[in-house]
Amino acid sequence: MILEMKNIEKHFEDCEVLHDISLSVDSGEVVSIIGPSGSGKSTLLRCATFLEKIDRGFISYKGETVAHTPDGAKAEYVSRKEIAKAKNYFGLVFQNFNLFPHYSVLKNVMDAPVTVQKRDRKEAEAEAVKLLGKMGLSDKANAYPCQLSGGQKQRVAIARALAMNPDILFFDEPTSALDPELTGEVLKIIRQLADEKMTMVIVTHEMNFARAVSNRVIFMDGGYIVEEGDPEEVFGNPKQERTRQFLQNYNQ
Amino acid sequence: MTLTTMLTTMGAGMLRTIGIFFLTLIGSLPLGMVIMFGRKSKNRVLSAIVKGFISIIRGTPLMLQLLVWYFGPYYLFGWSIKGYRYPAILIGFIVNYACYFAEIYRGGIEAMDRGQYEAAEILGYSKSQTFFLIILPQVIKTILPSITNEVITLVKDTSLAFTLAYQEVFSLAKQISASETSFTPFVVAGIFYFVANYVVAYVMDRIEKSMSFYS
Repeated sequence: MILEMKNIEKHFEDCEVLHDISLSVDSGEVVSIIGPSGSGKSTLLRCATFLEKIDRGFISYKGETVAHTPDGAKAEYVSRKEIAKAKNYFGLVFQNFNLFPHYSVLKNVMDAPVTVQKRDRKEAEAEAVKLLGKMGLSDKANAYPCQLSGGQKQRVAIARALAMNPDILFFDEPTSALDPELTGEVLKIIRQLADEKMTMVIVTHEMNFARAVSNRVIFMDGGYIVEEGDPEEVFGNPKQERTRQFLQNYNQ
Repeated sequence: MTLTTMLTTMGAGMLRTIGIFFLTLIGSLPLGMVIMFGRKSKNRVLSAIVKGFISIIRGTPLMLQLLVWYFGPYYLFGWSIKGYRYPAILIGFIVNYACYFAEIYRGGIEAMDRGQYEAAEILGYSKSQTFFLIILPQVIKTILPSITNEVITLVKDTSLAFTLAYQEVFSLAKQISASETSFTPFVVAGIFYFVANYVVAYVMDRIEKSMSFYS
């Protein structure tokens, strides 16, 4: 088990955004999370990546506890050092790429391995070049993010996340900021990673893609997991009325 | 007084003006960063004190502040410090400009996209690495035009050192003009300030261009 989240509760001020959510991800699994805007999908990813703190529940990576909740109390996180260690286990690809605009494409990909992981510069550069090649961006290594299309930016962001050698990769609506025309090139890369058995959790509005690429689909609404299961079942024969309704609206 | 003597005397004043200018920048650019951190501190007392201080400095004339820094120690504590004139001038200028720079830095930092912090956090950059490697370089680019404005104002503000009878170019122009009943010193001083600011604008423009490789 790479990621284990149990009974997660999260509030923003008075509004509860996650109700008793549990999510476990095994090595090599691809899990897609679908659902309407405001259903808590992105918040769940942000909790899994520690950008938001949970109020109650349990989180562990590779069996190492990151947060737990004593009876009747608020969630407690482990020490900063242990959190930093757990951060090495995952990467996150944002909707808005969040590349560093003052760094070249190559430096975007190789800087964190060198600065954060203290890896050998030559080795990190060689790996970054290899990753960019895999993303079909070999000729863009010396370009700056402002010179790239949205699809190219997102592929650099994926390379940047992969350069840290994560055990699991999270995607927060990776194609939502892209023109429909550029969506394909990013989805192709994610599909390729799935074929290589990369463990991934993908929040997405691309239903056909989610159906094709995932081992498991989770449908969320109003902060609850409404339905979860095999993609063929969830998309082909949803058990819950709410899921059916959501998918119907989507197919119109 | 011949023109050569006049120019030599005023040349010495120009060097003193240039001295105030550079020492003020060297002192106030980093001090502004410190003040900005105080202003943005999570400690509410510290933040309120710094905010109040900035408001006083920005709300009163620099000329008055110079007098307060110079005469304050004597009138408030009865101290008479030898050779305090030049340090008082520098303290006055540095503190004043640091407060303006602090507010410019703050504006630049608050305009930064939160996604930059989040991306850095996910990649495991420490707080100080995030600030110095990711945030600050981008902030400098956005605030450069505002900094240029302040630096140009500083060139002209150096003339306020005449308040404490410091012999910089403006004081000398006034003195020589009165003693020689001549208009020339004013023209010389005017040309000096104009040329100095022309150089400042040129240099700042070069720096801006050197950062225009990304947007």
